[in-house]
Amino acid sequence: MDIVERRPDYLNADYGVRSWLLTTDHKRIALLYLVSITVMFVIGGLFAAAIRLELLTPRGDVVQADTYNKLFTMHGIVMIFFFLIPSIPAVLGNFLLPMMIGARDLAFPRLNLLSWYVYLVGALFTLWAMITGGVDTGWTFYTPYSTAAATTKVIPTAVGVFITGFSSILTGLNFIVTVHTMRAPGLTWFRLPLFVWAHYAMSLIAILGTPVLTITIALVGLERLLHLGIFDPALGGDPLLFQHLFWFYSHPAVYIMILPAMGVISEVVTCFSRKRIFGYAFIASSSLLIAFLGFLVWGHHMYVSGQSMYAGLVFSFLSFAVAMPSAVKVFNWTATLYKGSIAWDSPMLYALGFIGLFTLGGLTGIYLAALGLDVHVHDTYFVVAHFHYIMVGGAIMGYLGGLHFWWPKITGRMYPEGLAKVAGIIVFLGFNLTFFPQFILGYLGMPRRYHVYPDEFQVLNVLSTAGTSILGFGYLLPLLYLTWSLRYGPKAAANPWGAAGLEWQTPSPPPTENFSETPRVIHEAYDYEHEITIRPQEGVEVPVG
Amino acid sequence: MLEKFHLFPEQASTVAPRVDALFYFLIAVSVFFVLLIAGLILYFMVKYRRRRPDERGSALHGSLALEVVWTAIPFAIALVAFFWGASIYAALQRPPDDALEVHVVGKQWMWKMQHMEGRREINTLHVPVHQPIKLTMTSEDVIHSFYVPAFRIKQDVLPGRYTSAWFEATQPGEYHLFCTEYCGTLHSGMIGKVIAMDQAAFGAWLGGTEGDATVPVAEAGERIFADLGCPSCHRPDALARGPSLDGLAGREVRLADGAAVVADDDYLRESILYPRAKVVAGYEPLMPLYQGLISEEQVLQLVRYIKSLAPEPDREGAGELRPRSAR
Amino acid sequence: MADRAHSAAAHVAHHFDDAEQQHGAAALGMWVFLVTEVMLFGGMFTAYVVYRSLFPDAFGHASSHLDVRLGTINTAVLICSSLTMALAVHAAQIGADRRRIIAWLVATLLLGTTFLGIKAYEYAHKIHQGLAPGPAFTYAGADARQAELFFSIYFAMTGTHAFHMVIGAGVLTWLIVQARRGRFGRAYYTPVELGGLYWHFVDIAWIFLFPLLYLIGRH
Repeated sequence: MDIVERRPDYLNADYGVRSWLLTTDHKRIALLYLVSITVMFVIGGLFAAAIRLELLTPRGDVVQADTYNKLFTMHGIVMIFFFLIPSIPAVLGNFLLPMMIGARDLAFPRLNLLSWYVYLVGALFTLWAMITGGVDTGWTFYTPYSTAAATTKVIPTAVGVFITGFSSILTGLNFIVTVHTMRAPGLTWFRLPLFVWAHYAMSLIAILGTPVLTITIALVGLERLLHLGIFDPALGGDPLLFQHLFWFYSHPAVYIMILPAMGVISEVVTCFSRKRIFGYAFIASSSLLIAFLGFLVWGHHMYVSGQSMYAGLVFSFLSFAVAMPSAVKVFNWTATLYKGSIAWDSPMLYALGFIGLFTLGGLTGIYLAALGLDVHVHDTYFVVAHFHYIMVGGAIMGYLGGLHFWWPKITGRMYPEGLAKVAGIIVFLGFNLTFFPQFILGYLGMPRRYHVYPDEFQVLNVLSTAGTSILGFGYLLPLLYLTWSLRYGPKAAANPWGAAGLEWQTPSPPPTENFSETPRVIHEAYDYEHEITIRPQEGVEVPVG
Repeated sequence: MLEKFHLFPEQASTVAPRVDALFYFLIAVSVFFVLLIAGLILYFMVKYRRRRPDERGSALHGSLALEVVWTAIPFAIALVAFFWGASIYAALQRPPDDALEVHVVGKQWMWKMQHMEGRREINTLHVPVHQPIKLTMTSEDVIHSFYVPAFRIKQDVLPGRYTSAWFEATQPGEYHLFCTEYCGTLHSGMIGKVIAMDQAAFGAWLGGTEGDATVPVAEAGERIFADLGCPSCHRPDALARGPSLDGLAGREVRLADGAAVVADDDYLRESILYPRAKVVAGYEPLMPLYQGLISEEQVLQLVRYIKSLAPEPDREGAGELRPRSAR
Repeated sequence: MADRAHSAAAHVAHHFDDAEQQHGAAALGMWVFLVTEVMLFGGMFTAYVVYRSLFPDAFGHASSHLDVRLGTINTAVLICSSLTMALAVHAAQIGADRRRIIAWLVATLLLGTTFLGIKAYEYAHKIHQGLAPGPAFTYAGADARQAELFFSIYFAMTGTHAFHMVIGAGVLTWLIVQARRGRFGRAYYTPVELGGLYWHFVDIAWIFLFPLLYLIGRH
């Protein structure tokens, strides 16, 4: 046991439940989010496991049709609204954004805490709706099924999602104001870490898009309650209007989910190549371009919905356009590796895995952008595979990579590196086995949301389910060893990876106020030529250059 | 489990090879880029592996030329894919003039097909090969979607309006029909078969009297027209209180508020069910609503009947619908 | 928050470097929030515009059931309240006596409450006429479906607006309480300024709602 007195940090600054539940420290709030979204991830994952279990056989022999319909609906709702959208921003963004810009907290610490409580209330509401009956409309709530035909807990779920949207809006608002007004002296926009750029772009989407979902879901609830007829043709409404309003948010939402992960990748790739990132300005601007173009492509979800052909042409063209900035990022990340000094630590393995899987997943988006081809694969497992490649192979790998990268900073502990590498490889393999067969299934014609299916689809479904068990095991490992490391992991140095960035200039874990005095920034981002820290030997920081 | 295992669906329509060709092109593009990126990553990882703990990477961190190249080339490929996909899509939107019409009504959780000659089917659709078929579809309740993977066609089927799709089968066989827009409990049970047959066999099947009544649809529509009392207003003489329906289908109609619309299938359906929505210029809004009094299938029969009414050959200005009073 | 009856200076929160940074952040935060409000109302405006263009006659006819006089009075009331709000902000800005600030805030609150009262009366009247969408909707005319659609959107939009006014009334009340404690002065009046921004937004939203719902195409 250490007899040296422990330096005060944000974890031991205060004890007791109240000090956590009433904290305004962005770092503690990040941990509150970490716990909540992990719980929601496990719940969403259990729904997924049940789905894949049912799909082992062509018959409906594990659950009834209505139950199955609830399972895929609730899997989607939980994973999208309660895991993916908050994950990186609410955990890593909250923790790191102020530190990366040399600030002591976000602009509105109390709003930050409020955003967590709003999330919690929304989550509890939605879980209550699920426990007391569940909802079976699909996470997309298409009308008139959701407003007129469904007999499940649509309104409570809609209320839960409605509430949670405000959490996302508050987080986005906080980030935008923080980046604009609280950057340290010398930290110009084009010296910002790309993680900050990514979160800024994501926040723009969150504040502009989420309110539209808010009002749309409110109208769905009102329509169902009062039989209004805004979206129900039997009452004079237009179901396509619902789809337009819904996808106006829900397409940009996917960029809310992926941009922060791309921010993580930029940080990790540059650190573990110990080299300035290639094409900084292009990566930064590509985040903004993705945010902008992302608002213009929603109709690519509606090519066969009955919308006009001309609308289809416009949305298709723009959908190809929005793929370009993402491609630019992938090339720049790869070029960063060239003549770098590359370490194979587990965060880097996650990041490189991201690049491969995101490239594949993103390319399959091109298939869906192409009108004539999308007609065949729309609403099939091809789409399911596409978005899981991006969301799971992309966003979740980015989240795990970021969690590993900043774990020593957040907790002051190192996790077991060997085990982390093994887990990363298991996740990578399990993921591909789960979702690659689904591309084939989709092109063969297996529709989404099918409880039973024709016999000839079984082989691929069995492969996919087998992959799920491997993937699940791969996720279980970090849950276990990261938790283990909190108590038994070796103490971490301030900058164990030798990374550039202001967050690494603080102790691990950092003190509550982050910096005792506001730092002055004199270097460009990732300036490994001149940055002072190098991988320390035995916890000693060696000034260089 | 393994006997029926496939990796690619069969091509059974004229458009299927076109769709597959684009698919293969994109697979080639994907393989190229995935191998390129994965290959470069693995190569760089190994070649530039950190050898000493204090080693740094090089100072190289940008190249405008590279940025231009790796933006322009993907964009060029994207343009190719865009135009290719758009051209297939445009073809899918325009059925040939000689397409045979079939009415499809979807409801939870079954498909009802109606051939114009009279035969009806449930969850099965018999079609002749080498003959374009145009489906006019609507739903009685929620949104469904008519999907035949072997033909590579799909179209959402909506309540309250018509949507259409067309295909031309190229080889006889039985092909899956799936509902592919989630529609409730038995969504995955709302499936069936499209049975393509050679023309002679189809002709024989069509003329068969197996199952339901085989009154041609237009004739059924004419009977409904009479039964509902439509001729009392839609009549050729001076006692008419509604516009003439002869040759109406497909023509432009001038409405009371000055707007002009084309009398397509949706217009005809709406004018039967909600006549006040679009009142023709020169007429009073007197027509009763038929919403709730007739089924979607009956509306389709009426529409078919109206479409069969040729314009009166001796009328002047037969290209324009004018109110009786102007004659 | 401690009572600062004798201090009109800002307490700079620990995470800001100075009062100027704190004020800049607060103002930007309010503007960003108002952008989200624009998007919120935007969704409903979209629905309204789409259906109005599809059913111009039915919507015009339904719109004529709305009371233009009351709507006009309400518009005038709200515009006046924006004036009194601006005067309150100005009074705080120049460090006027707290009673002046309070007076203008109270005037704004009274005008806002008047607006809500008139709105409540309008709603009650509509419900009495059977024009509230839902099971009790009764409408003479063949375009009853479209009319119910109009009223659905009318209630949704004006209801959301009224809800925002209620929040605004709460904000005004809080500002009055703080003003009575002498919290605002030349050096620090940010809450009044931001409250004013919010109030003006709610006013502007009504200025769009009123003509679109009450005035266009009536006959």
